[in-house]
Amino acid sequence: MSEKTQINDIDRSLYDFRFDEDESDRFTSGITPEIISEISKEKNDPEWMSEFRQKCLRIYEKTPMVKWGASIEGLDVDNIVTYIRPKSRMNKDWDSVPDNIKETFERLGIPQAERESLAGVGAQYDSELVYHNVRSEVAKSGVVYTDIESAMHDPKYAEMIRTHFMKLVPPTDHKFAALHGAVWSGGSFVYVPKGVHLDIPLQSYFRLNAKGAGQFEHTLIILEEDSYLHFIEGCSAPKYYEAGLHAGCVELYVAKGAKLRYSTIENWSKNMYNLNTKRAIVEEGGKIEWVSGSFGSHVSYLYPMSILNGRGASAEFTGITFAGKGQNLDTGTKVVHNAPDTSSYINTKSISKSGGISTFRSSVVVNKNAEGSKSSVSCESLMLDDISRSDTIPAIDIKTDKCDVGHEAKIGRISDEALFYLTSRGLSEEDARAMIVRGFADNVSKELPLEYAVEMNNLIGLEMKGNVG
Amino acid sequence: MSELLKITNLSVKAEDKELLHNVDLIIDEGETHVLMGQNGAGKSTLGCTIMGSPEYTVTGGNIYFDGEDITEETADKRAKRGIFLSFQNPVEIPGVTLSEFLRNSLEQLTGSKMKIWDFKKKLHAAMDVLGMDRAYADRELNVGFSGGEKKKAEILQLLMLKPKLAILDETDSGLDVDAVKTVSKGIEEYRKASNGTLLIITHNAKILESLTVDKTHILADGKNAKDGGGELAFRVLENGFGEVL
Repeated sequence: MSEKTQINDIDRSLYDFRFDEDESDRFTSGITPEIISEISKEKNDPEWMSEFRQKCLRIYEKTPMVKWGASIEGLDVDNIVTYIRPKSRMNKDWDSVPDNIKETFERLGIPQAERESLAGVGAQYDSELVYHNVRSEVAKSGVVYTDIESAMHDPKYAEMIRTHFMKLVPPTDHKFAALHGAVWSGGSFVYVPKGVHLDIPLQSYFRLNAKGAGQFEHTLIILEEDSYLHFIEGCSAPKYYEAGLHAGCVELYVAKGAKLRYSTIENWSKNMYNLNTKRAIVEEGGKIEWVSGSFGSHVSYLYPMSILNGRGASAEFTGITFAGKGQNLDTGTKVVHNAPDTSSYINTKSISKSGGISTFRSSVVVNKNAEGSKSSVSCESLMLDDISRSDTIPAIDIKTDKCDVGHEAKIGRISDEALFYLTSRGLSEEDARAMIVRGFADNVSKELPLEYAVEMNNLIGLEMKGNVG
Repeated sequence: MSELLKITNLSVKAEDKELLHNVDLIIDEGETHVLMGQNGAGKSTLGCTIMGSPEYTVTGGNIYFDGEDITEETADKRAKRGIFLSFQNPVEIPGVTLSEFLRNSLEQLTGSKMKIWDFKKKLHAAMDVLGMDRAYADRELNVGFSGGEKKKAEILQLLMLKPKLAILDETDSGLDVDAVKTVSKGIEEYRKASNGTLLIITHNAKILESLTVDKTHILADGKNAKDGGGELAFRVLENGFGEVL
């Protein structure tokens, strides 16, 4: 029995409030070798990292702009401030986080969620992590959850960072991966030792408060053999008139027999360019489960990728994308079957409304060595009016005939019969539409932890308001 | 007894085709009326128009409920006044459970939140009347339901929502003998518990056996063809329309 109706609606002002950022150190706009060395100095980078940043900048400069998807013409990277440090160092004690930042996260419900249902929380405000805490019993089990900057300087993990950082997503991947490598700041490092099962999730929350800024956090998660982790990521930003950029990078290493669940609810403000890169490599018998909700941003390019690299490795991707007015959300997933008996299961829903464009793009590659592999792709789209658009672009590349690959796509609208049926039971047309859309999204919200499912339902309710007429 | 529903001179069209021509109908509170007619006579059109289906446009005449003109009202407002239509083909709503939907609907109709425990008690009591497995409450609304299960779910809604006027559009069609019995039991329970008013569209005598029918209305080609008492319904069911029209 679901209890969704008992939760009061949130309003967008929850996300749209903002604080002046004049307290922060603000770097000048644009990207030059000097600015990059400033960032290196500010962050006390080890030498290899300073060099790596400069190398990434050179790659960035000669890599052409991506042109194959939604237009990113409105994004002037030279005008994006790449590094903003709030006047705060990382805290382990919530009370020592500066008041305005604390208030931001409190309004977003972060510390409350930590008390109630999380094993650890990291909160990033603009470019830097301002709060990080892990429950003591979790820390005792050997689990590490910290920011990459700290881990880089910790003799125990420095080498691990050096050998994994941007190895799965190399800076040559695309222009924004290179940009990320040059200016990255903040994010999370998680290490789960062999055999450790974390029953409660770890969470990070990214908040971009400064205007005309970029957020380039890096998430690096390493799961040793037979371990289990659920990692949750939430993102938001207030609305400014200047476009913001989010070019984060997520690298996930899932060892033999380990299982990682990675959930994201993204609600960037509607002028953000969300050009995020996420990738997981999964070894023998391991599993990656992606749960992804994309609601915000002006333009998104988001295709979490799973490389199934060991026999019997598997990937599951459950995603929902909601494109409203002025949004062009290009989302999907990529899977590479690179070992025998691997399997992937992709299930996505997309909703477009008020002229929004939602594109589902997927790529499934089954290599020659991946005999006995299975893949199933299903995408369903719901268009809420005649001015919105929904595209489905599935690509399948199969190099062995000993595999089983299926694809299914459905595009639909809300029928008049369904609306009449629900309104004849007392629901207003607006409520009836919202109920149908929530139902459409139900298989995704079921995959989310309760408070995120509630937030997602609230977001749908919010998006559906004023839809009639 | 007071007039609950009054339809005067009603003409209705859908996609430029007039389907009802100057139809009149009066139903007093607490009565049971049967609406009959051959296929295409306009019975479902009338039922759906009373409920406020946007598929049909009223081109003339009026519909009054409880003395107020509701001709222009949307379906949700009519539902709030106490009109209910049991659909011939209930729509499937994926991802929304029967119980979630019912609770939402009840809260809309009563305008007040309901405690989950109170709701469940009511729901279970109603399901027991219909011999429905409680697991149905957590199934997606009408999704994958058999014809009989869909009709039972409609009657479950009738029992939960307790409307003043229930229009049953061939709720008994396509059901086996046992299912018709169950549906009849639900209708009886509704009559008993809420002193409800009924407009039953049917081709089947079985569903009427346990009810006292007050009036019968026959439509032909979208017009009032004949009105009579309860016995008229049974005469038609026995001898066909030819004898009475």
